[in-house]
Amino acid sequence: MSLQDDIAQLRSTLTTAIAAAVDEQTLDNVRVMALGKKGSVSALLATLGTMAPEDRKTAGPAINGLKNEIAAAIEARSGDLKGAALNARLAAETVDVTLPVRPAPTTQGRIHPISQVWDEITAIFSDMGFKIAEGPDIETDWYNFTALNFPEGHPAREMHDTFFLQPGADGTRKVLRTHTSPVQIRVMKQSNEKPAAGYLTPPMTPPIRVVMPGRTYRHDSDQTHTPMFHQVEGLVIDKDSHIGQLRWVLEEFLKAFFEVPGVTLRFRPSFFPFTEPSMEVDVQCDRSGSEVKIGEGSDWLEILGCGMVHPNVLRNCGLDPDVYQGFAWGMGIDRLAMLKYGMNDLRAFFDADKRWLDHYGFRAFDMPTLFGGLSS
Amino acid sequence: MKFTLDWLKDHLDTNATADQIAEALTTIGLEVESVDDTAKALKPFVVAHVVSAEPHPNSDHLKVCKVDAGTGTLIDVVCGAPNAVTGMKSVFAFPGTYIPGKDFTLKEGVTIRGQVSNGMLCSAMELELSNDHEGIIVLPDDAPVGTPYVDYAGIGGVLFDISITPNRGDATGIYGVARDLAAYGLGELNPTNGYMAPVPSQGPSPIPPLPQQFGPDEPKAIRKFAGRYIGGVKNGPSPEWLQSRLRAVGLRPINALADITNFVSQGWGRPLHAYDADKVTGTMLLRNARPGERLDGLDGREHELDATMCVIADDIGPLCLGGILGGERSSCTDETVNLFMECASWDPQEVARTGRKTGIVSDARYRLERSVDPALTEPGLELATRLVMEICGGTPMDPAISGEDLFPNTVIDFPLSEVRRLTGLELAPERIGEHLTRLGFTVTGSGTTVQVAMPSWRPDVTQKADLVEEVMRMEGVNKVPLDPLPRLSGVAPRMLTTIQSRRRATKRVLAARGLDEAVTWSFISEAEAKRFGGGQPELKLANAIASDLSDMRPSLLPGLLAAVRRNENRGFRDLAIFEVGQVFLSDEPEGQHTYATAVRAGSLPRTWQGGGTLSVFDAKADLAAVLDALGHDIDKLQVVAEPPAWSHPGRGGRVQLGPTNVIAWFGELHPAWAAEMDLTGPVVAFELDLDAIPEARKKATKGKPALRLSDLMPLERDFAFLVDRGVPAATLLRAARNADKALISDVDIFDLFEGAGVGEGKKSVAIRVTLQPTDKTLTDEEIEKVGAAIVAAVSKATGGTLRG
Repeated sequence: MSLQDDIAQLRSTLTTAIAAAVDEQTLDNVRVMALGKKGSVSALLATLGTMAPEDRKTAGPAINGLKNEIAAAIEARSGDLKGAALNARLAAETVDVTLPVRPAPTTQGRIHPISQVWDEITAIFSDMGFKIAEGPDIETDWYNFTALNFPEGHPAREMHDTFFLQPGADGTRKVLRTHTSPVQIRVMKQSNEKPAAGYLTPPMTPPIRVVMPGRTYRHDSDQTHTPMFHQVEGLVIDKDSHIGQLRWVLEEFLKAFFEVPGVTLRFRPSFFPFTEPSMEVDVQCDRSGSEVKIGEGSDWLEILGCGMVHPNVLRNCGLDPDVYQGFAWGMGIDRLAMLKYGMNDLRAFFDADKRWLDHYGFRAFDMPTLFGGLSS
Repeated sequence: MKFTLDWLKDHLDTNATADQIAEALTTIGLEVESVDDTAKALKPFVVAHVVSAEPHPNSDHLKVCKVDAGTGTLIDVVCGAPNAVTGMKSVFAFPGTYIPGKDFTLKEGVTIRGQVSNGMLCSAMELELSNDHEGIIVLPDDAPVGTPYVDYAGIGGVLFDISITPNRGDATGIYGVARDLAAYGLGELNPTNGYMAPVPSQGPSPIPPLPQQFGPDEPKAIRKFAGRYIGGVKNGPSPEWLQSRLRAVGLRPINALADITNFVSQGWGRPLHAYDADKVTGTMLLRNARPGERLDGLDGREHELDATMCVIADDIGPLCLGGILGGERSSCTDETVNLFMECASWDPQEVARTGRKTGIVSDARYRLERSVDPALTEPGLELATRLVMEICGGTPMDPAISGEDLFPNTVIDFPLSEVRRLTGLELAPERIGEHLTRLGFTVTGSGTTVQVAMPSWRPDVTQKADLVEEVMRMEGVNKVPLDPLPRLSGVAPRMLTTIQSRRRATKRVLAARGLDEAVTWSFISEAEAKRFGGGQPELKLANAIASDLSDMRPSLLPGLLAAVRRNENRGFRDLAIFEVGQVFLSDEPEGQHTYATAVRAGSLPRTWQGGGTLSVFDAKADLAAVLDALGHDIDKLQVVAEPPAWSHPGRGGRVQLGPTNVIAWFGELHPAWAAEMDLTGPVVAFELDLDAIPEARKKATKGKPALRLSDLMPLERDFAFLVDRGVPAATLLRAARNADKALISDVDIFDLFEGAGVGEGKKSVAIRVTLQPTDKTLTDEEIEKVGAAIVAAVSKATGGTLRG
């Protein structure tokens, strides 16, 4: 019999055996029989050594080809068998999911500090007559920048390290909102169009009082900056809302939020494209210890930005700046949580470490209200 | 921007203390980042005369010195500096002085190899003034002995660091800061016009005015280009006063010409650029870069340019990236003889755009993108010329000027009532006028509305609100009286939207059931996004911060499962967490949904009653609890054994209002997925789309339907059915419930059995039916009849039979 015949016969025998293997063990036996030290293919390979060099030239590739072919067939069969085993297991494990459920355990979980502080802020501002408004995280350049009086190419855009999405077919690229201010535009922009989704706040006509909490994004990462964070903005539009009222609102809010009898604020002129005049606000505090104490001490801590809504922004929304005016402010929810409850690493907020959640989290029924107290 | 008190006082006559200046800067909106008094630490160091320096008897490198530090007695000091010689003047520290560069305090009466030493002669490094530790500081012979060294050398002092907002180009020079402080009333501004008067020219410029070669549709960053050829200069180190000025604000002295440009830039906010005129080949001109052109920048890097970027070029190529960065090829060195000084006016937006595109951060860009006073273009060049001639000599030629400056020349009709309208601040008209005038605005007209013209350095002021800000910052925002916001209504109406209320309730319910709330990233890896049905191109970030945070999440599960894995790796395998947050099904606002998603992993807490293995029913229970809190009974919705892709195919299902209105999914994580995601324990989860739950119908009144209670006792009957294994329990329950809707108040499954005795492919389901008679006690026959109806209904619906 020629070598070709030997190979053909071996191929046929082994292929049949592989196909016939019904489980991994049988298949492994076939593997040993063929490719093991004393296997039939290995034996054939061993004959190469005794051949004349010119025979080896043709016999070598043929035998090695057989070896690879058999190995591949075993591999493929093994995959099939594994898949079949899994499917059999999955089928056997099927339960009737329409069955009713068993009762709940008695230990409670914890509410994340961001949710808790979000509720605290909501409790305070809703008492002052503010509605809670929301907008999408993925925004157009117009809502995030242009409508807010960030001119194209203005260095103010540099203040925001923006995340861009892949450009669309028309070449425009959407952004992850860098602040919650686009919600101001969605609230103020005078239009009769019904919002595209239920969570979007419909446009309002003045008087407007809203707070806008939400998730925001900047291309930044260190102990106090994460690429994703949370902001809350406030907006008041009426015919006579001025900085005196803004100062009152912020002072009342910070007193209520930090649950202290008084706060001292320092307003500094600053610059934001969407407000004019613009201000940054520092709160007096004591930073001598490991925790910041608001309402005492002699240090200053920058806590928020604010200002009178820029006339260009009002115009962009279809409001006449000689008739309507108002103010807006913005601050970090995560930062407020850190200041009030003493966490020092923002990154831990998004790590979901059970130990952190259990330590800094809040009980399910510690729901912040004004009548029951913001925190227990 | 950094400046020292001394440098500020070049431009501002004031007796104000550093603290007063810092407070004023804060009040007028020039945010103070820090105030450091470096002089304080160096105050004890004095100028001293080394009366003699003799070799130390017991050392070949030490010297024994007698030092006169102005105390009237000579002090013995052992000194190791090679340059300590008899008769020199140097800097001396008495015992007890803290040496900042060495971080120790000098001891009294130390003996070094048998010789007493009472103090120390110091090197610049020991004073932290430079890295120079070659030897002790050498002072000129006329340095007054006993004087504090900081006073003599004019170094140290109070260093301010302020941050300048993008609108305040006028305050990017120390002169501008002084101008603002003077307007606020903190002193008098020293006009520096005298240094800016034209310097007579000695002849025509060898470099003619630079042609500006731009097509009509091309971006054009240059406005006016002013240059001046100064021949025969002598470059080299700049004088000590200039070097110390620059060093004090953190700028490195380079050579006289470079130092002059930095001095004018820092002092007046007027960037300059110095070219070595002999290194220019052919014609200097302004144009946009050609594709592929590059610039070897003075920052030591090579920059790729494109056709939107304005360059100053010669016949060889770009010499300088306009308004941003000079090039290495034409830079001035100690050998430079002929200088061409540039002082140009640029379009701030174009400079900002090119700056952003190239990512180059430079002092010139910092100022020019905020805008620089156009009235300083030629005067700035004269100032530079004067300084060059003073320090390096040379022959100035005619200024070479091309292009036009852009002056805003804005005049605003300003009703004085705007101040009160926007701020609530009551100010007399004269007071408003005074603030504006002091800031350099020209106020004309009288009455209730005046006309206000902008000074050339404030192009950012364009409308009424800007003027209100100017007045307010001069008056002080903290003087605005607080005014309560009037209530719009007595008791606030409902403030939360439906979805907001749902989110709030969902979180509290899940926490009450023992799950911790997690907040995870909105972006996940592309692989995970695709695995969970997302990964569309429009939801991919173009500039992700990391490759595993590249795609907007289509589901909250990947983030929660990653959190499970992290906790597992920390040794916490038993975990129950949830998140209520946004998922992104498209990049449109309506593609953003709020999902509530909960994951349980590991095993249930073990108690004396036994622990347990997690099953799909734990996830279903969590889901049912949330639905209940949101007003929906899961048993009245359709629960279908159609698992989501991530679920074990036989242990998952969904909850729907109809086949096309699915609101939730639940299941046990598919074992293959769990293995791929490197999770060990069983994991069960549910996902609920809070946006998909329909809003409750508005009712005419808040009243609830009347409660009808029966005086009669309810009674219970048990039935056991043998049905095919595949029959859903829900079908059986529904059939039993519907057998007599009036009489049957409840049906529960209390036992379920498969295996020996019931036959292959079968299961036994035992139910307890509660009957609630309403008007009369049921007779045995009536009870029998209901029982028969139940058996018939169940048999019909499931094909099952009653077990004997």
